[in-house]
Amino acid sequence: MRLIGELSAVLATALFIFALYWMNDPKTARRGVIAGIIGMAVAVLATWMQPEILHHGWIVVAIVAGFLVGVPLSRVPLTAVPQRTALSHAFGGLAAGLVGTAEYFLWLGEHAAQFTPFRTGALVVEVILGFLTFTGSLMAAGKLQEVRWIPQRPVTYPGQNFVNLGVLGLAAALGVVLVIYPTAAWSGQVFIAIAALALIFGVLLIIPIGGADMPTVISILNAYAGLSAVAMGFVLDSKLLVTAGALDGSSGLILSIIMCKAMNRSFTNVLFGAFGKAQPALAAGAEQKVWKQESVEGAAQLLEQARSVVIIPGYGMAVAQAQHKVRELFDALTKRGVTVKFAIHPVAGRMPGHMNVLLAEANIPYSALVEMDEINPEMPQTDVALVLGANDVVNPAARYAKSTPIYGMPIIDADKAKTVLAVKRSKNPGFAGIDNELYVLDNTWMLFGDAKAVLGDLVKQFGGGGIH
Amino acid sequence: MSDFWSMLFVFVLATFIGLGVIRRVSRLLYTPLMSLTNAISAIAVVGSIVVTGADHPLTIRILGAIALFASMTNIVSGFMITDRMLKMFKKQ
Repeated sequence: MRLIGELSAVLATALFIFALYWMNDPKTARRGVIAGIIGMAVAVLATWMQPEILHHGWIVVAIVAGFLVGVPLSRVPLTAVPQRTALSHAFGGLAAGLVGTAEYFLWLGEHAAQFTPFRTGALVVEVILGFLTFTGSLMAAGKLQEVRWIPQRPVTYPGQNFVNLGVLGLAAALGVVLVIYPTAAWSGQVFIAIAALALIFGVLLIIPIGGADMPTVISILNAYAGLSAVAMGFVLDSKLLVTAGALDGSSGLILSIIMCKAMNRSFTNVLFGAFGKAQPALAAGAEQKVWKQESVEGAAQLLEQARSVVIIPGYGMAVAQAQHKVRELFDALTKRGVTVKFAIHPVAGRMPGHMNVLLAEANIPYSALVEMDEINPEMPQTDVALVLGANDVVNPAARYAKSTPIYGMPIIDADKAKTVLAVKRSKNPGFAGIDNELYVLDNTWMLFGDAKAVLGDLVKQFGGGGIH
Repeated sequence: MSDFWSMLFVFVLATFIGLGVIRRVSRLLYTPLMSLTNAISAIAVVGSIVVTGADHPLTIRILGAIALFASMTNIVSGFMITDRMLKMFKKQ
């Protein structure tokens, strides 16, 4: 049995690495899922077969419950994938925190010899990371789902960073105490205090964070969830857990770095910077420029006469669930010989890769999806840039306005296109509260309205023979 | 203490493998990548199984069962939604 356990762990580890390796190409990626499932099944069955497992009924009930909740969670609309992802980080954190808690009280009751300083330390790390990931991810999921009692706008107050670091510091200090005195009469209370502080810290960490930072925050929470699994591996002496957790952690780390670079910000700045704070108006006192509104007919004509069109999607497209209308527009234009490409900013939407998945759902060929760095040199030759519910990622102020939080953030050069059409829900400024001068450029025309409705009207212009 | 060093060794090597493999993942697939790694890290399920199924006091086993439920949810929904998303990329 011991042999089966070890063999299955080695096999599962190899399969997990292959699963991630196959994600380097959409053609082989589904193979990765199968490898992952086999690896997981092998590891679960081998563990279940171990002789110390006696209460099979409990395991069956928990697994069945996991299926009952997991299957519906996998069928959410793709626009809800960011909150589903945040929720799954929360579940991962919860599992690590609870197993850590169970192990601590188990050792306290029966196996005090387990409390080597190293393992107690790993246990403290597991519980802190697990519980802070749990509440932090729940908050993030709530914000993304726009749950009513969770404020969408960042909540900030004076001394916030001091309070946050104080809570975390106190938890860490109590952790040190626990490592030194793991079995004192009051150690159980210390442990519970650590868990409570970690739960509180997770909430405090996320309340100052706004929607535009979600891609980075979700990636960081992903890394935390992975690291809590690593800590659990140290506690349980399981190399399989350490490996799988490290794979998850490094994935979260890489995505966080990519997201931070795409916003020209540091980790600490994202977590302690409160990006969404309302900023003073960019050009206070300067002449107020006005928007030029375009009719749907005019916009359709512009698009039809273009030779190349670059569509720049943003969160507005996801909110309006407009991706299928985008596809219809893509078809209509392509049929008329217009070259249509999509410019994807790394932080467009609410999680890494959000736009790619939505457009893939609408059957837009992924060869038409172009990364920011590749599309920008083409922008000056582009006839029409169609901005679709994107805002900060096309704001030219990022190039020079040092007073704005988006200063230095690489942007898609929509303003360099010969004509810009911008579809926007309302006349309010974008999430970061910054005016977007793209909308008042000489060559920009605005189309106000819900992205799906506007696109629907546009497509009708082509379909109904309104032009031809 | 030898177990500490061998575990640390595994952790460092696995992190390097992770960084090397993840860096090559297609940028198109970052969203499914996140759901896939999430499902994989739910391998924590093996810890929950031992806590739930072994002959421990009742409260410990309840904690284990909740953790097992949470991990299982991640495994099921993680793999299923990853596959659902990848199907959309593959049919092109």
